[in-house]
Amino acid sequence: MKLKRRTFIGTSAAVAATLAAPMVGGQARPRVVVVGGGSGGATAARYVAQDSEGAIDVTLIEPNRVYYTCYFSNLYIGGFQEMDDLGHTYGKLAADYGINVVHDWAVGVDRDAKTVALAGGGSVPYDRLILSPGIDFVDGAVPGWDVTSQSVMPHAYKGGTQAVLLKSQIEAMPEGGTYAMVAPPNPFRCPPGPYERISMVAHLLTQVNPTAKILIVDPKEKFSKQGLFEEGWANHYPGMVDRIGPDFGAANVEVRPDTMEVVIDGNVESVDACNVIPAMKAGRICDMAAVTDGNWAPVDPFTMRSKMDDNIQILGDASQQGDMPKSGFSANSQAKVAAMVVRGDLTGSQVFPARYSNTCWSLIATDDGVKVGASYEPTDEKIASVSSFISQTGEDAALRRQTYEESLGWYAGIVSDMFG
Amino acid sequence: MPRRTFLGACLAALVPLGAGAEEIGDPERGARLYSQCIGCHEVGAEARDRIGPQLNGVFGRRAGSIEGYRYSPSMDRMGSDGLTWTLETLDAYLENPRILVSGTRMSFRGMREPQDRADVLAYLRIYSDNPQDIPEAEPTARRTDPDLDLPPEVLAIQGDRAWGQFLSSECKTCHLAEGGDEGIPSIVAWPEEDFVLAMHAYKRGLRPNQTMQMMAQRLSDEEIAALAAYFAQSR
Repeated sequence: MKLKRRTFIGTSAAVAATLAAPMVGGQARPRVVVVGGGSGGATAARYVAQDSEGAIDVTLIEPNRVYYTCYFSNLYIGGFQEMDDLGHTYGKLAADYGINVVHDWAVGVDRDAKTVALAGGGSVPYDRLILSPGIDFVDGAVPGWDVTSQSVMPHAYKGGTQAVLLKSQIEAMPEGGTYAMVAPPNPFRCPPGPYERISMVAHLLTQVNPTAKILIVDPKEKFSKQGLFEEGWANHYPGMVDRIGPDFGAANVEVRPDTMEVVIDGNVESVDACNVIPAMKAGRICDMAAVTDGNWAPVDPFTMRSKMDDNIQILGDASQQGDMPKSGFSANSQAKVAAMVVRGDLTGSQVFPARYSNTCWSLIATDDGVKVGASYEPTDEKIASVSSFISQTGEDAALRRQTYEESLGWYAGIVSDMFG
Repeated sequence: MPRRTFLGACLAALVPLGAGAEEIGDPERGARLYSQCIGCHEVGAEARDRIGPQLNGVFGRRAGSIEGYRYSPSMDRMGSDGLTWTLETLDAYLENPRILVSGTRMSFRGMREPQDRADVLAYLRIYSDNPQDIPEAEPTARRTDPDLDLPPEVLAIQGDRAWGQFLSSECKTCHLAEGGDEGIPSIVAWPEEDFVLAMHAYKRGLRPNQTMQMMAQRLSDEEIAALAAYFAQSR
């Protein structure tokens, strides 16, 4: 149709591509190693392998054979999803895209030798390394809690078994009992996540234990989609949810897993289920690779390259990039830029200007979905938000249902995008 | 689809708004032009849903909202997303239904002349009670944004597929690459023109859905053409 002219951008990009020198050298195929098979890593591995059409050797290191998304685990707690449906495997990435999938832990990075050490022994060499390990928790962030407490007071902030455990503990609460959440300080994975969880716990309790209470102990003054969540809680779960903010001592909290107590600014509360979501930091491999500055790994906004090492890119929750929230959507968005950049490095393929986007959907109650989103562009300083939107309070039921159905469509879309 | 349509060329051409429906256009001329519509859409006393829904009170009505009328899934989705019939959206829909609802069942090639549309809408306006006395308010308020034109050269841009392929990766976070229509519509194998019209309608805020408005707003004309070229040839 309407052949008139080549667009300026296409022409200039094509010229740039011919100037870039492919860095193939004498070695057989350039090697990209990706650590972490979640929204950032799986997407990056897939896009590098798919778009390079075999010109790049891609290895994905991920300890889990079945990857459970953290997103939608709240919907599992609320009874809207089956845990099995949140599990995904790497068969297609291996079979259809020729990715070497290694189910092992990456336990070290030798940046001089350019190798990644595996827990099972041996190491994997790379020309470019992509780290997308997600989050770990800051030791001592909540006094009284460490990872050995997670079976008694689950965080349920990584996908899979932790959410199953938390749900079973909530279902086992005595009639009229109390579920407490110790919410995390900023910045953390999935900003609306704790509050969607409150909604889903309330939805569950309304059915199985309607006189139960929910207590949020929150060190933050305010939180994502606050007006929308608070409106929803008042409408759907009146009187059930109580939030204590920092003005009432929530920044000074301690937990006692042995006695199921939460101590808020010196006041002891007995609770029946306790969900501790501690402060977060970049997944441990980033510390091992020495690409962190404080809790996170700073990156160049245009390329997602580590500011410490040009041969390493860091994606998703672990990265410190500017305005994007730590979310699966963000990681997936960043992965596509990173994959394009790494292909440009290794094969001289076209590199287009980076752009990023994010949308986070949350479910408040049956057919009551809301969303918040923004688009982003790189600047010298950071990945900067250029426009944003949020669902409005008081929206009609048809729109809220549509937003929920859209979130189901998004889930199907992103997991298909990640896992092939 | 026999000819090209030009989104929004109309809107700027509408005469300034005065005190009533007749100021939208000439309702008498509109009544005569409405003969093209009457075969499917009844209006006035005793009007009922026929091939198309009846159009009494269409100003201010949520798209796809008449109980019992069987709309296309595409119209249902736009209605749920918040599409409401106003002077502006009706004008766009009359110009080319696919500007607003890509999969509409309304088989109508569109009304090219802005004045024709204004006159038909002036006629239909008579059958919408509310807010007849405050014509400057929604849904009969007229946009004065001068940037609504989609010039013919924009529709003529030849999209760059390679550029479109990279840009499309952003779409595929939500839209299934292999198609599929659950919760989020399929965007593969669209006619290029439909795709371009739809994206410009999102970009201009004519179509609802905050996510799509945001995604479209930062796409240049060339980028929209590139995406259209890419998706037209995807499976």
